[in-house]
Amino acid sequence: MKDFFARLRNLDERWGYSILAVVAVLFPIVVPSNRWIQVANFFFIYAMLGLSLNIILGYAGLFQLGHAAFYAVGAYTTAILSTYFNVPTFALLPISGILAAIFAILISRPILHLRGDYLCIVTIGFGEIVRIALRNDVSSLVFLANIPGLAFLKEKLGNMVITGGPNGIMGIARPRVFGFVFRQQWHYFYLFLAFVAFTIFAMRRLENSRLGRAWTCVREDELAAEAMGINTVQVKLLAFALGAAWAGVAGGLYASWVTVIAPETFSFWESCIMFCIVVLGGTGSIPGVLVGTIGMIVLPELLREVLVNIQQWRMLIFGAAMIFMMVVRPEGLWPSQRFRRELELAKEMAVPGA
Amino acid sequence: MGQLLQQLLNGLTIGSFYALIALGYTMVYGVLKLINFAHGDLFMLGAYLGLVTLMGLVVNMGLSANLLIFLLIFLIVMIVVGGVGVVLERVAYRPLYKAGRLPPIVSALGASIFLQNGVMLLYGARYRTFPEAFKRAIPDVMWTFGGARLTLMQVIMLLISFLLMAALYLFVNYTRVGTAMRAVALDHDTARLMGIDVNRIITLVFIIGPALGAAGGIMVGLFYGRIYFTLGWSYGLKAFTAAILGGIGNIPGAMVGGLLLGLIEALATGFVSDAWKNAIAFFILVLILILRPTGLLGERVAEKL
Repeated sequence: MKDFFARLRNLDERWGYSILAVVAVLFPIVVPSNRWIQVANFFFIYAMLGLSLNIILGYAGLFQLGHAAFYAVGAYTTAILSTYFNVPTFALLPISGILAAIFAILISRPILHLRGDYLCIVTIGFGEIVRIALRNDVSSLVFLANIPGLAFLKEKLGNMVITGGPNGIMGIARPRVFGFVFRQQWHYFYLFLAFVAFTIFAMRRLENSRLGRAWTCVREDELAAEAMGINTVQVKLLAFALGAAWAGVAGGLYASWVTVIAPETFSFWESCIMFCIVVLGGTGSIPGVLVGTIGMIVLPELLREVLVNIQQWRMLIFGAAMIFMMVVRPEGLWPSQRFRRELELAKEMAVPGA
Repeated sequence: MGQLLQQLLNGLTIGSFYALIALGYTMVYGVLKLINFAHGDLFMLGAYLGLVTLMGLVVNMGLSANLLIFLLIFLIVMIVVGGVGVVLERVAYRPLYKAGRLPPIVSALGASIFLQNGVMLLYGARYRTFPEAFKRAIPDVMWTFGGARLTLMQVIMLLISFLLMAALYLFVNYTRVGTAMRAVALDHDTARLMGIDVNRIITLVFIIGPALGAAGGIMVGLFYGRIYFTLGWSYGLKAFTAAILGGIGNIPGAMVGGLLLGLIEALATGFVSDAWKNAIAFFILVLILILRPTGLLGERVAEKL
């Protein structure tokens, strides 16, 4: 078994992805069950989210635990513009991505100097602020009218509805090309597949680009990176912007797929799932993120099938499985070579027997 | 004026709960540089076990609900949850100490799911209420001054949490084991060379932290009268925020951070908007961290992820 995996890893990656692509294209034909195609669609959305978080967490090594905020910005951009202004979905996806990126730059610029766990809590904080803001909607800002001089806000804000409060937004338009409307699960399946394929392609290019190497450099040693002439602030901002843009597009796709979104879809737990996808799969590794997505998204569904009689034990077993997977393979299920080396180096530096 | 005083008192009460839970985060972080995301769920477990032992001792065994019984319950629950903390550390964290910073977080999140669903399976998904009888065990005395009300319940809660915090502070600063704990927090290897059994200190930290969290859990249960199995997430996140606010790894910092967070929340509820109180709390946290990147009492140290 170990030998099999070793050989699998040494296989030229392009072969691997080609085989995967063929399997994926055939999937809805071989498995014509709507439920599993739906699970596959969730897999695609989270694979995109995982790959986007992988830029920030995996490549640049920035401790980001509020990724759901960017996902939410994308989803709500698509939802609001499509329901209020009837903008077609495919025009909205780039807008969602760009807005999420701008949002990311605005919030990450002042906090880039924070390190490790402090950055972690601040990103959690931003994630929560976004969720609370979406749930409260603008009409809850009516308290501002108590400030002297702002009394005129009372009438303006009182009845304003933008995000739809806790109920969210319904009736988001489905994507449409040349009169063809995406309706069935398998329509979305191929749409998402195309997006994920493009994401993987782009990430592979990004990984080996000048920017990608700069990210790795910043992650491994920020001081050395700076000494080598890398503008660390700019590079980190770009990581946030690109990661957020991708998450924003994923959010737009999600909104146009389910057509109903609510603030609780973008809770802290969602950020945790994305975080686990990256770390469980293998930080900084593209195949790792895909495997991690299977672990975090498909595994609970598989458990639902397997544990027919003990359904209520499902999440208990899932939690134990997360601990087990991490303890058995701390470097992730499919780690990148570079990350594995870093880990081994760290182990050598540690005192033996400690 | 009366309202300000009232909100300050409320903030102090809830802040002392946050501070108790935050101590668990900060102690574990201090010795292991690990964020124990399952700590909030240990707190929740404490709340449930508090209810269960209370029911068992008072309702089933017919003991009268007096102060002694309450202290006994605190003791039992703190010991049990401390034990769960030790098991958690052995199973989920110890194998991952050399695996970097990220894997233990995933393991902790897994443990959090496990604990939540375990409690849900045992005690049901619906919220549970503390019977009124227990509340009545504490006389319904109330003081009014300056337009603000202070109940005996609040005074007792504040007293217990401040006593626990003071005990911890004295323990860490003035005993041999406490000194060893501080040494381990500074440097594992040097501490080991000084003859300190580092693993035992870690075990001890995983007893004390969850035990304090469990005490917080019982108090939250008694104070609000209602608990649910996802309680750990909301309070855990708040307490973690408090620990960071004060400077994580710093024990007085967690106390200051907890009280401050409680006050911010209460003031935001009273004078701005209840719906926005959490957003305001996080916003102030972000502002403080921008100005003081390692928290209010945190030391300025360079660290790498």
